[in-house]
Amino acid sequence: MAQWSSLAEAIATYVHDGDCVALEGFTHLIPFAAGHEIIRQGRRGLSLVRMTPDLIYDQMIGAGCARKLTFSWGGNPGVGSLHRFRDAVENGWPSPLEIEERSHSDLANAYVAGAANLPFAVLRGYIGSSFEQMCPHIRSITCPFSGERLAATPSIRPDVAIVHAQKADRKGNVLLWGILGVQKEAVLAARRSIVTVEEQVESLDAPANACILPGWVVDAVCLVPQGARPSYAHGYYERDNAFYLRWDAISRQRESFRAWLKEHVLDTADFAEYLRVEASSRQEAAR
Amino acid sequence: MPDGFTSDEIMTVSAARMLRNGAICFVGIGLPSTAANLARLLHAPDAVLIYESGPIGAKPAVLPLSIGDGSLADTADTVVSTPEIFRYWLQGGRVDVGFLGAAQLDRFANINTTVIGDYRRPKVRLPGAGGAPEINTSAKEVLVIVKQSRRSFVEKLDFITSAGFLSGGDSRERAGIPGKGPVAIITDLCILRPDPKTRELTVTSIHPEISRDQIVASTGWEVRFSQDCVTTEPPTEKELTTLRDLLARTAKAHGAAGIAA
Repeated sequence: MAQWSSLAEAIATYVHDGDCVALEGFTHLIPFAAGHEIIRQGRRGLSLVRMTPDLIYDQMIGAGCARKLTFSWGGNPGVGSLHRFRDAVENGWPSPLEIEERSHSDLANAYVAGAANLPFAVLRGYIGSSFEQMCPHIRSITCPFSGERLAATPSIRPDVAIVHAQKADRKGNVLLWGILGVQKEAVLAARRSIVTVEEQVESLDAPANACILPGWVVDAVCLVPQGARPSYAHGYYERDNAFYLRWDAISRQRESFRAWLKEHVLDTADFAEYLRVEASSRQEAAR
Repeated sequence: MPDGFTSDEIMTVSAARMLRNGAICFVGIGLPSTAANLARLLHAPDAVLIYESGPIGAKPAVLPLSIGDGSLADTADTVVSTPEIFRYWLQGGRVDVGFLGAAQLDRFANINTTVIGDYRRPKVRLPGAGGAPEINTSAKEVLVIVKQSRRSFVEKLDFITSAGFLSGGDSRERAGIPGKGPVAIITDLCILRPDPKTRELTVTSIHPEISRDQIVASTGWEVRFSQDCVTTEPPTEKELTTLRDLLARTAKAHGAAGIAA
């Protein structure tokens, strides 16, 4: 049953060193505030899962939280490379990063399999590619009916899933809309889950087929307005494209990244303070 | 005849021309998205654009900067979850054309977006697969739009992320891949199509003012030219104006970042 709590409390209670953690959100509703709180609380040895690592995992990897990454597309969308991710893979900095690489289709199917309590996903995937030779987790299965050979990959079963959504009511029932990604599947595939939301409302007032996570499948709900910045929350605020561009320069060198991380995440008390510090950095950058 | 156009413009216009009206098109971000939206504004108003983030029938007024921009959701006929887009719509066989970019490709249109160098100890770690492997195999056919250079057109790939024609001939069919594969590669210099028999990419159309030597110098293998090789029709006034308006609207909406189309 969902408990309303502070984000710091939720991370302290539900995210432990060495856990398999999935922070999902496909460009939209990326749970940045939760990622920052994991960095602030100094979690180590995490096995991170995310279709598109994006800036949030670049930050967590650079901060030393991760030992493994399962992913399907690791770039800065519309900008270029994720430099901290690349530094970890290419040079083992700040620590070596084991990777488990998938395609989008595979990882989406693997979350579905996880949510359905199945051990593996089946898809018509990877045919003719180098994945089967290079990635031991990508195997195949023969259809018992037609004899067709299909790709089989392990399902995703995170210890914790963390997502950001637009609204939740007092009982912790969560509503999200717009680009939905794999958030519902990630929460249902995970043992524990945390949802951060833009606002708490009396009633969700949603139509019957809306995407709702009932409060009883969620462990903690945390009110974190703007908690998806610099990504966006449909109906609340737009994507901060300028930050995605600025991240390229901030993250390119270890030193500039470390300085940014200290000032904006490690030395701030919470996400509200991060937003204030970040706003003054933005003004400085514009000057 | 318009007074002038850039190599990027003729690349985008040539790619847009290949998308037929009414086609169900699975669109990659960046150059493919620019070309697909240009086609929609020109001769293909009924093309259905599907983005892997979930929007089906997106009609954005300005180009999206990321694959999951809110404008795609706002203008779509419907928005489905990521698992649904790959399971029901792509693997389900609903997509006519996959429209993709590429980091590197070889003479059989196999694509690498994974690593340069050894997979376990890569020299350069690229973003990875995204949706491309299954778009390349499940879409009925594929168009690839990519700038041509010796860095992108290479003799040998370090990793095949998405299958083109594998080792050529009928090797794609023998591997059991359902879709027809890449039918055209549109670059800033020319258009290449697979040879009907060997499936090796062959130059079939050269953009105006571009020489064969330039194409040879920008290809990492000994590139072949079709016997019926033609000169690409230059962009019409309407094609150019529509493209430039779209890019200007995009730049205005997104700030300087919008230029990266």
